[in-house]
Formats: sequence, structure tokens, C-alpha cells
Amino acid sequence: MGDPPPDPEPPSQQPSSWRSSQTSQRRSWEVNQFQPSVSEEVQQIPLDGLDLQSSQGIPASQTNLRGWSSGASLTQPENLMYQPEEAPLGGLEYPSLNMGFPSELQPQPYLEEGESQATRTASLMLQQLQQGQGNLFQQLDSSYQPDLLGQFNMYQREDLQFDQGAQHGPYMRDDPTLQYTPSELGFMPFSMEVPEPEPRELAVQNAKAYLLQTSVSCSLSLYEHLVNLLTKILNQRPEDPLSILESLNRTTQWEWFHPKLDTMRDDPEMEPTYEMADRQRGLFLRSGAGGEGEQELEEEVVETAVPNIMETAFYLEQAGVGLSSDESFRIFMALKQLVEQQPIHTCRFWGKILGLSRSYLVAEVEFREGEEEAEEEEVEEMMESTEGMDAHGGEEEGEEDEEKVIDIIPKPMWKPPPIVPKEESRSGTNKYLYFVCQEPGRPWTRLPHVTPIQIVQARKIKKFFTGHLDAPVNSYPPFPGNEANYLRAQIARISAATHISPLGFYQFSEEEGDEEEEGGAGRDSYEENPDFEGIPVLELVDSMANWVHHTQHILPQGRCTWVNPLQKMEEEEELGEEEEKADEGMEEVEQEVGPPLLTPLSEDAEIMHMSPWTARLSCSLCPQYSVAVVRSNLWPGAYAYASGKKFENIYIGWGHKYSPDNFNPPLPAPIQQEYPRGPEVMEMSDPTVEEEQALKAAQEQALAAAEEEEEDEEEDEDEDLDD
Amino acid sequence: MDSESLLLSLELASGSGQGLSPDRRASLLTSLTLVKRDYRYSRVLFWGRILGLVADYYIAQGLSEDQLAPRKTLYRQGHERRRSKARVPGERGPVAARWTPDIPKTAVSRRVRSLGGLNCMEWSLLPPATEEMAVETSVVKGRFMGDPSHEYEHTELQKMKEGEKVFEEEVVVQIKEENRLVSVIDQIDKAVAVIPRGALFKTPFGPIHVNRTFEGLSLSEAKKLSSYFHFREPVELKNKTLLEKADLDPSLDFMDSLEHDIPKATLQGGYCYHPHFTGSWSIQMERGNALVVLRSLLWPGLTFFHAPRTKNYGYIYMGTGEKNIDLPFML
Repeated sequence: MGDPPPDPEPPSQQPSSWRSSQTSQRRSWEVNQFQPSVSEEVQQIPLDGLDLQSSQGIPASQTNLRGWSSGASLTQPENLMYQPEEAPLGGLEYPSLNMGFPSELQPQPYLEEGESQATRTASLMLQQLQQGQGNLFQQLDSSYQPDLLGQFNMYQREDLQFDQGAQHGPYMRDDPTLQYTPSELGFMPFSMEVPEPEPRELAVQNAKAYLLQTSVSCSLSLYEHLVNLLTKILNQRPEDPLSILESLNRTTQWEWFHPKLDTMRDDPEMEPTYEMADRQRGLFLRSGAGGEGEQELEEEVVETAVPNIMETAFYLEQAGVGLSSDESFRIFMALKQLVEQQPIHTCRFWGKILGLSRSYLVAEVEFREGEEEAEEEEVEEMMESTEGMDAHGGEEEGEEDEEKVIDIIPKPMWKPPPIVPKEESRSGTNKYLYFVCQEPGRPWTRLPHVTPIQIVQARKIKKFFTGHLDAPVNSYPPFPGNEANYLRAQIARISAATHISPLGFYQFSEEEGDEEEEGGAGRDSYEENPDFEGIPVLELVDSMANWVHHTQHILPQGRCTWVNPLQKMEEEEELGEEEEKADEGMEEVEQEVGPPLLTPLSEDAEIMHMSPWTARLSCSLCPQYSVAVVRSNLWPGAYAYASGKKFENIYIGWGHKYSPDNFNPPLPAPIQQEYPRGPEVMEMSDPTVEEEQALKAAQEQALAAAEEEEEDEEEDEDEDLDD
Repeated sequence: MDSESLLLSLELASGSGQGLSPDRRASLLTSLTLVKRDYRYSRVLFWGRILGLVADYYIAQGLSEDQLAPRKTLYRQGHERRRSKARVPGERGPVAARWTPDIPKTAVSRRVRSLGGLNCMEWSLLPPATEEMAVETSVVKGRFMGDPSHEYEHTELQKMKEGEKVFEEEVVVQIKEENRLVSVIDQIDKAVAVIPRGALFKTPFGPIHVNRTFEGLSLSEAKKLSSYFHFREPVELKNKTLLEKADLDPSLDFMDSLEHDIPKATLQGGYCYHPHFTGSWSIQMERGNALVVLRSLLWPGLTFFHAPRTKNYGYIYMGTGEKNIDLPFML
């Protein structure tokens, strides 16, 4: 029941004592005193049937009250249930009348009038409130709620109605007659009773006037607020309203000051949401317009580039990873859009990399033969120009001044390490092209090819992705490129380390037997094994030897196939921290060798005594139908599943490699010498007296010796001359 | 996340790529209901899981009527026994049974309750976290194993006095994984458990209840860190000046807000590219702005989600249970 006594204490005491002692006569007498305030209430809130209420409503209310007072001697509320039915019209007035009073009324009568009367007045009203409200208002639901609502809305809209109400304030304190305006002559019959206002009535009016006061800072009076609040409670009928009264209070006030915008204006807050929904709507529409539908259908049947994301999502869900199914479907649609826009031969959902303000969805694609060249050049040119700029920026920021721009005379001794050439597209780290987009429906952006130096540097840094591809990577050591390059480098590293497949799914193709001579990493291409039967799930889980890497290992150099960078210079190249299982040391000029393609996972190096992979069944309760799930411990977020002939890899994470130890950025390089240091620029310590004297003595000695020699020479010369 | 709205919550939190497989979901729904009955909780939260090398821990928390009263943490080991046995034959029996005898001294009440005959349905009550535990386990590095009785070995140098000589001796300390689990859960709870402003309210008598009238944050509020609170006893609130406290609503703002986390969120951080640098949190709008997701950068794996203008909110931790101490370098 919606029965909120705003101030629970008085009604609990007074009405009970009052109920037992009062006679019905008195009560009816008091009820009569109520008439003016009732009429005033009617005038205050004009409803549609004013005339009806003014002529019928008041008598009805009287009868109601009389009937009620006679019934009130029965304390059981059930009896009261009937009264509203007897006189439902009168019931309407009481809620609005009573709403404002109970809390504020009591003090004033005590001050101004005889105690007994005032208490009775207050208690009568409180009782009406307490007992009558629940019953009376139940009826409101069906018959009178619309009116109440209308009234509520009128307040909300700050109509004329409300201004009128505000004007009443000053008059009511003095004389109730003044509040009747000529336009409301319909009330004149009642005003006849007003000239001799009873003291109690005056008190009621004073109290109401007090409640209607508005402060300077706020145009809302307590009276209106309480009306709003009670209307809200009665309309919504929350359970146990007392416990949430405070917050209701607050929300009512908030709603008052934040009126609902009308329908013609858009909610600026929701604007981006609608915009996004509009974009995504494009995904679900068939791209072809008009009669192309059938043709497209045929095309789609042939088209195999779009992967079956939903199937993958199903298996990944079994594994307890992956995105929710509706998001997967959106990605599916976005990939379809990508395939339609680009000349794509194969396509795969690589995963998702989380960023600070946005995340990246990554698609791994392969263009059709010959298609990519033109575009690639374009992109590359673009990328190179930006790259150049970025590299420049990076140098300026970095502590190593790699190149001098200004006219400084001393030339730096530092020589840049030889640049390791980038791998060709369709080979090594650049085997696939990667497209990223931030959210399904947004445009896909192509990532540039990765260069070895980027991979080498990416191994040395650990930065969060921001979600903006053009953001600079502020790090030490400086990273050559912006976030797009860093992202691409991390994708390459993650792919190389975590792309795995069941043993035997891929095999080396027959033709290329002499691959060994060219690259160190063995053969670099493979094909699907048509005879692959699938490995039982339990075996896949039990032994990591049943899984193989099918992406080439990246050498410390940053390439999959080794090239000798020292053809031009004899500089030892900087070796980055080695990828995962590469445990060969730092060779001087020696060729770097990584594990060959399709190496089983059991060969992988351990990280700090812990195995780099964790394998398990998706469901332990029914192992026969579950899928094998492998989780990478080296790249948290990388998962693979396999079931029968199907397998898939996915990465969803922050794009960082796991390290049990803290990240330790390398120390800055030692400070370089500004100029060659020699005795001429060295500061000498002053000689002591002894040293000076010793020097002097030595000089004198030397002088003497020289003179002697000279003399000897002269003598010799003389002799010579003589000769 | 509330165990009653587990399915919806998991769906909303799935943007981080971690979820639960259907069988886990189903068994959780069943077993958490029973937990609620047996332990007499008013609310049971599914807290998340900690990924171990061999097995994962599934953690649930029971709340009493007062939402900020000390929580009871339960965990269960979610991994099939078959594999454990296969790995180390003969050594690893049913874990719960083996684990029962050594009751730590700090435990107030600890019951190992078997809920049904199914695998992975047992929930065990974890002992409350203590200061000593946090100190003791802070030296442990690396991943969780997934076996509560696993003991990490840590060698530390202790100064020994023998007569007048003072010499250092290497002492091997054994640290139980159970203790580490307790202390990590406690740390995560204290550091990154999040609740939107207004979802709880403080009653005049002190207890904190769920706010039934909470109707979600508005979109603009949802993008601000100041609309989110740490779901723990306030620590910073007492240190605030009167001036800062002046605008607070005592019935709603009784917890610490996320905006004071370190590193501090600033607008247009000097060294940061993105315009709204959000400190140790990443705030993202997902699903076409219909969902706000907060991810902790300090404890990667903690995801908080809230669909603005709805009552749906919650947080879940699915990660390795390791703190990201490299955070200063990574921003």
C-alpha cells in the first residue's frame, strides 16, 4: 500500500487518543470549519469540472467526512474502504489539501490559538491523511488520476497556473478574501462564509502561505514540491516509499529543474549513440540496391573470403573466451564490408587489442594476386612520408642525436647502425596485410608494413595503445613511427609467437626443397594437408607436441629470414631481447637462426620455470564433446582452440608480452664527448715551490749542458772550418 | 557482478575478451544459488576468476544487508581433476580434501562445503585477509598455479646474531598460494572495485543499502571518473578539506571517488596524447555508446561495465592476479 506518513510520530500518538475520546458531534463541527479551506483548494487548483465540484463537491466532501467520522470509531481500516465509494468526489480534495500540512501545521496553531482546538485540527487532518489516504487514493487510480496528472503536468510546464499560485502568497497571510479574483466569480457563494474567518482556518491559511513561500534562489516552494513528490509517489506506487523518501525527494526536485525536452529537440547526449546506430545500420543492409539482389546472392555463395566468425565465436564461447555473440556478428558484418571494399583473397579475424580510449579490431587479410601492388605503393609512399616525419620527430625527442640539422662544426662520432631491409610483402613478417577499425561500422584502416627496426624497438618498450593510430609513441628508446607502426609491430610479434595449429594440419609443399640455402629459418611456406584427419581432443590437451607454430619465428634482427646487414659497414647490430624461444646468443656476424616453421610447441622455451602454454578441455563434464583450448602464458590474451579439423587463433588483450619481472627501460646512452680531450684543454694543477725549484734547477742544468755542447759544437765548427 | 543477473552481466563484460563457457555459467548459477541459501547472504557477487597455470580459481563474494560490511570471499577451483592427476600422478588428489586439514590460524570460520556431486561445484570459504598476509605474500612473483596448497619458496636474507657476531643467513620461507590468493583478492577489492555513484546509499543509521531508485548514470556522467566510487570503506574521504566536502551529498558521496586515483586523471595531460587522460583507468564507450566500460590499468583484467540510464552495472576480474607495476612506463 502506498501509505507514506511524512512525519510518523504525531499520527501514531494523537489520533489514537483522540479517536477514543472525541464525539462525533465535535467532529462534524470541525468538518464544517473546513469548508473554506476546501474551497480555497479548489480555487487554487482549478480542474476541469470546477462548477461541478463547487456545487457538488463540497457537500459531497461534507457527507464524506460525516460518514467517515461516524465510521472512524471503528478503528479497522477495512471499514473505511467503503467511504470513497460513497463520495468519491469529495475524496479528491483531501489529498491535495493534506499534502502540505502535517509537518508544518502544528507549531503555528499552538502559538496562535487555543491548544485543544489546534490539536484537534491537526490531528483530524493527520488522521485523514493517515487513514483516508490509502483508501481514498486507491480510487484515484481509476477515476481521478488523470486529473491529478494533469494538475501535475501543469506545474511542470510552468504555465500560467503556476504564476497565479505564486501570486497568492502575499495575500493569503492577511486576508483570505483577497485571493478571489474577479475571474473566479463562480466561487462567490463560498466567499460569503469567508468574511468571518475562523481562527483555525486562518491558521491553516497561514500555514499554507508559509509553505507557498519561495526563496530568492529558487522559484519552487515547499508546497509545490510536496505536491509533486506525493503525486509522484502516488502515481508510481513504489514499494516501501519511506525508505526511499530521501532519494525520491531529490529526484523530484531534480526533475523539476530538468524539464523533459520536447520532442522536437534532440537530446544532445544521445547524439553520438544514434549516430553510431545509424552507421551500424549500414552493415545490416544489403549493399546492392534494387535488382542486384539475386546477383549478389550468387556471388555470396561463391565468395569464401569472409570467415565464418559465428562458428569461431561459438567454439570460443565454449572455451570461455571471446566476445559476445552479437558483437561477433557485428564484426562479421564489418568484415564482410571490408571484403566488399577491398580486393581480398583471404580474410581472418585476428583479434582485438584494447586501448585506453578505444580498442582496435584487427583483420588479417591477403590481397588477390597482383591487386595490391598499386595500392601498396600509394600507401607506402604515404606512409614513408609520414614515417620520415615521425622518424624526424622521434630523433628530436630522443636523447641520441642521430643527425645534426644545425651548423655545428664537430661531427658526431656515432654512426647509425646499418638499416636492415624491410621484408617484401607476402613474406615473413609482412606476409599478411592488417586492417584495423575501432568499432564495427567505422571505416577500416590499413596498417603499414612493418620494418625490422620497428620490431626490434617494439621489443624494448611497453606502452599502452591509446586508440588513435596517429598518436606518437613517446618512449625510450625512441620508437621509429607512430602508434600504427607500433600496433603493426606488436601484431607481428604476437602472430609469430602465438599462431598455432594442430600437428599435421599444415605440411610443407613438395616443390621447394632447396629453400635451405636461401634463408636460415628453413622453408617459409606451407600448404594445407588434405589428408589431415584431426587429432583427438584429449591428445591435443595432453601433449603440446601435437601443436605446431605455423607462423615464422622472428629473428632478433626483426626479420624472419636473415640478411647480412654488414655488407656495408662493420657495425655490430643491436640485438633486441629475443623472441620467446630464441635462445641463440649474440652472434657477431654469424647468421641468426630461429626454429623452423611448424616447430612443435613443446620446443618452446620456458618463462621462469613456467610453461608458456596452458592447455585444457573446454568442458570437463563431457570431455568427449568438448574442444581443446590452448592459452598462451607468454602473451596473455592469446588463445587457440581445435576440434576435429577446425582450429582458430585469437588474441584479445592489451598487446603486451608477459614478463615476470618488472619492465626495466634501458639506461640512457653514455654522454658523448664534445671534443677530443688533450693536454691543451686539460686543466693543470699549479706546481708547488719544490717542483718549481726542481724544475728551475733542471732547466739551469740543461742550460749549462747546452752551453757546453754549444761550445763544443763551436769548437767542432771551428775545427771543421779549420779543416 | 550480481549472481542473479550473471548472464546479462557476463554478456556486457565480454568486451575484454574473457567470459565463461556455457557449462561454467550453468554450474555457477546453480552453485551460487545454493551458496546464497547455505551461507545466508543477502547478495552473492560473482567476483571473477584468477587464471592459474594448471587451474583457475573462481571467486564469489557474499554480502550481507550492509553492503560495505566485511565481505566473505569464497573460491572454487575450476578445473577438471583428470588433468591434474595426469600431470603429477599420485601427488594431487582431490584438492579440497587435501586442503582441509591445515586450517590457518586467522580463519574465523571456514567450511569446505560440497554442493552437489558434480565436479567444480565446491565452494570453500577463504580466510579474511590480514596485514601480515599481505606483507608475507608481497614477495611472491609470477603466476598463480591453481592449487591452493602449492607453496612458493622465497629465500630471504635474515640477520642472525650469535654472540657478538652478526651474520646473514639465507632462510627459505614457504608461502602458501591460498594466502596469496586471499591477499590478492583483498588488494584488488581495495584498489579497483568500482560502483557507480548513487547505486548505494547510506542510511541515517549508518548501514549502506542498495539504492532502489538508482536509475543509472546519464551519458555525460558516465564518461567521468568522478561518477564512480571505490567499493570499499572510504580512505581518502577523511583527508578532504571542508571546502571539498561542501558539495558532497552525505547519503551518496560516502566513498572515495576514482578521480583521485594515482596517477591522477587530468584533462589534456602534458605528456599524454589522448585528450582525456584518465589516469590508471581506461574509459571506453562500447556497443555504439550504449555501454561504458572501465578497465583498470593497474590490475589488468578488471572490467567494470555500466549501461547508462539502466540499473545494470558490475565489475568482474578475469586475469592473472598480478599487479601491473610497469604502469608508469606504459602511459
